[in-house]
Amino acid sequence: MLYREAGDFKTSYAKDNQTFPIRFDRWGYFALLAVAFLVVPFVINDYWASAVLLPFLIYSIAALGLNILTGYCGQVSLGTGGFMAVGAYSCYKLMTAFPEVSIVIHVLLAGGITAGVGLLFGLPSLRIKGFYLAVATLAAQFFLVWLFNKVGWFYNYSASGQISSAPRSVLGFEVTGPTASAAAKYLICLSFVVVMAWLARNLTRGSYGRKWMAIRDMDIAAEIIGVNPLAAKLSAFAVSSFFVGVSGALFFSVYLGAVEVGEVFGIQKSFLVLFMIIIGGLGSILGSFAGAAFIVLLPVFLKNVLVGSFGWATDLAAHLEIMTLGGLIMMFLILEPHGLAQYWRTTKEKLRLWPFPH
Amino acid sequence: MPDTQQDGYMTADGRRIGPVVMEMRNITLRFGGVVAIKDISFDIREGEIRAIIGPNGAGKSSMLNVISGFYKPQEGEVIYKGARRPPMKPYQVARDGIARTFQNIALFEGMTVLDNVMTGRLNHMRSGLLGQAFWWAGAQKEEVANREVAEKVIDFLEIQNIRKTPVSRLPYGLKKRVELARALAAEPKILLLDEPMAGMNVEEKEDMCRFILDVNDEFGTTIALIEHDMGVVMDLSDRVVVMDYGKKIGDGTPDEVRANQEVIDAYLGVAHD
Repeated sequence: MLYREAGDFKTSYAKDNQTFPIRFDRWGYFALLAVAFLVVPFVINDYWASAVLLPFLIYSIAALGLNILTGYCGQVSLGTGGFMAVGAYSCYKLMTAFPEVSIVIHVLLAGGITAGVGLLFGLPSLRIKGFYLAVATLAAQFFLVWLFNKVGWFYNYSASGQISSAPRSVLGFEVTGPTASAAAKYLICLSFVVVMAWLARNLTRGSYGRKWMAIRDMDIAAEIIGVNPLAAKLSAFAVSSFFVGVSGALFFSVYLGAVEVGEVFGIQKSFLVLFMIIIGGLGSILGSFAGAAFIVLLPVFLKNVLVGSFGWATDLAAHLEIMTLGGLIMMFLILEPHGLAQYWRTTKEKLRLWPFPH
Repeated sequence: MPDTQQDGYMTADGRRIGPVVMEMRNITLRFGGVVAIKDISFDIREGEIRAIIGPNGAGKSSMLNVISGFYKPQEGEVIYKGARRPPMKPYQVARDGIARTFQNIALFEGMTVLDNVMTGRLNHMRSGLLGQAFWWAGAQKEEVANREVAEKVIDFLEIQNIRKTPVSRLPYGLKKRVELARALAAEPKILLLDEPMAGMNVEEKEDMCRFILDVNDEFGTTIALIEHDMGVVMDLSDRVVVMDYGKKIGDGTPDEVRANQEVIDAYLGVAHD
């Protein structure tokens, strides 16, 4: 009975266009933010941070980025892992070259550099579409990983070929390096996620979002109403890569601390993020979060149940986990091709009418 | 005969037809060896409803595609706003004030009606990527100002109740109307309609006719349309171009065209003896 639009009159177009038009949603969102910022940091421990919350938050940014490109603009990309690597390595180079500059600025600059690289690899999108474009982005994936492996300058010629993040602080709290606390790492990632999600939402509800969706739904019609296809696609590539780059930078500097490119940013990462947005819902901000949560949480959950509760062998559980995940992905695709976000939409429709069926 | 007056005239029902706004001069369009359009010239006057008719395969849609920049004619030129138009991409043509609808509906199926109509406003929206990302005052103001125009068009075409419905859920007739709304939202100088009444029943056709007349009347939009329903064409249009096998066989008021022997032959066939 709480979930109603009735009585919530919109008197201006700006109000009609807001992110959470229903009052209940709005308060729910603020309550969630309050808990995330004010409660979670005090109860968080290392296990929760490194197994659940940090990967969820960082993958959410990557999923948001890929969703802008694939879900909103319709350009399939398999280069996400490569672009995350660009973010990570830019961040590393910036951190070592300018140690006195804040890590926040480094992460943002890393995003900017990735946007430039994404722009470059987005150029073929004008000529090729669909699966063919996916193959072209696959080239980006392999080329970038090869580049970071091959050229010593990128990892400062370290003997192991790895890059590792030195301790850096934000507002007096150490957020990177081995001694950083779980709460600080969590908070820096959360702050990035909140800001990035806000940016993504603003972009997708405005004229840029409409340009992207127009290109996705019918590029000929988009062109006839005045959308420059090259500009629209390239802006989607740039914005998407910025998000992916930021997530790569955080993944390296805050979450892992040390990275070997082939292992962390390989092709499987590209597929992982693609699965997230397909399961979560293409063309949906909420879907990006839902998909990231699903992919990150499910293995943890299964592992806890199988190993923790049933006491099965770890290797058996690990294999079963992969099989279950695959099965669930297929099940979701058959039952709800529009992803988890669609379930949420249906639920909201039902809630609005509850307790009446129509 | 209206063409003798240079600067326009009044129609019988009191609408003002202005000077020539677009002129096609000796347009020839070939696809390899196939000649789709052969040396066609005609003009479109400001504020008029100009019909292009002809049997199937006559080259009508190709003509529209030449105007909207999809096809580049091998010969001839398009004079628009008093000057020769350089070769343009379709999106540049759109920015130059020409909007169109398609024979097969070309809406953005994944978006709501409102968003579809708002895409028609894209040419009028200038705020940059950063301004929108941070939702600065300028971007917000622009969004609201353009929403007002879009809502006016939505009101005008009586689709208020489906504003927030995804287009994919709409029936055919409404989709056609939404497509018209999207084109109108661009506030075009010339509106090109490719078979706006194809596949509609009588009531829907009547509605569509009324909307086309109202658009022309209230916004003063110049309209060029392709249509197969002769009743509609004869009632709506001020002047008609008739094409057959890529050639122009008639041009004039509906009455003149109806009396033209070549046109009658093209439509009814002629005995070869």
